[in-house]
Amino acid sequence: MPHVSERQKTIFLNLQYLFLLALSFAFVGCHPRIPLEALRLDTESLKQRQIQTRVFQTDDEAKVLTACAALLQDTGFNIDESETKLGVIVGSKDRSAVSTGQVVGSVFVALLTGIPVPWDKNQKMRACVITKPIGEEKRNIAVRVTFQRIVWNTEGKVTRREGLTDPKIYQEFFEKLSKSLFLEAQESL
Amino acid sequence: MKIPKTLRNYFFIIFALFLIAGCATTQQQLLDSEQSQLRLRSIQTRSFDTTDKEKTLRTVIATLQDLGFVIDKADATLGMVTATKLDRYALRMTVTVRPRGETQLLVRANAQYESTPVDDPEPYQHFFSALQKAMFLAAQEVD
Repeated sequence: MPHVSERQKTIFLNLQYLFLLALSFAFVGCHPRIPLEALRLDTESLKQRQIQTRVFQTDDEAKVLTACAALLQDTGFNIDESETKLGVIVGSKDRSAVSTGQVVGSVFVALLTGIPVPWDKNQKMRACVITKPIGEEKRNIAVRVTFQRIVWNTEGKVTRREGLTDPKIYQEFFEKLSKSLFLEAQESL
Repeated sequence: MKIPKTLRNYFFIIFALFLIAGCATTQQQLLDSEQSQLRLRSIQTRSFDTTDKEKTLRTVIATLQDLGFVIDKADATLGMVTATKLDRYALRMTVTVRPRGETQLLVRANAQYESTPVDDPEPYQHFFSALQKAMFLAAQEVD
């Protein structure tokens, strides 16, 4: 073996790391895989369906849909899309995502370490309301609403992408909808 | 400086690996030309013994909601629904419904996970299994 200097040794070690890195790139390629459960129905999906659905005793789908659109507007959403033939209304809004606790935490860490820590700044919230005539003679309208949001931090990176599942959100929404429809919302038929 | 032979070998291997790992060209990405379109079509399509397009679309929407999607767009005339699921990841799906012959409807679903097309059969099987339960009709494979 010829004489190898310390410098060449370090280069050689670094190359080994680079080699491993390249190898892992080859395995990962460009294809993140979908979680195989992503499209599977489970018990949680049925629980969510109950939380997100109410049934109204009316056969006037247009009236229910109009009330839903008005309610979305009342709650600050802009309507992005609608298809009355299928009972679809989609809305969204941009809001601040700043929470005092998180900002205080970030500032504290930044003071301790000297490294600035980003915090959540903006969020886009989306809602879709779907109405559906149900029952043998289509005498009832089921309304299902679902919410989701995307949160960006102060560096403009996405920090959260999630469906909103807190039952209280849905309770409040349907209480408001009942009031504007002058109809009692029922959990199910 | 003369580079030792072992080092040169490493350089070569690393270069070769990056080539293999390299991503598809714009044209391949745009037209998904790497995929077998027949195979994809068959895993993404099922037929149902019904002619009620509107009811089928409404059931598709309900199924998507069951699976945690929020609807982005729906068009009864074109027979299509697009929806997005956010659950740490972003999964986008378009489902189209069109007549097949006099007695059947063809339902085609295609999904995009983050920024790649989904070509595993399994997620589609889950989707159609959920859909056929909601339809009260069997989802039939199409050749």
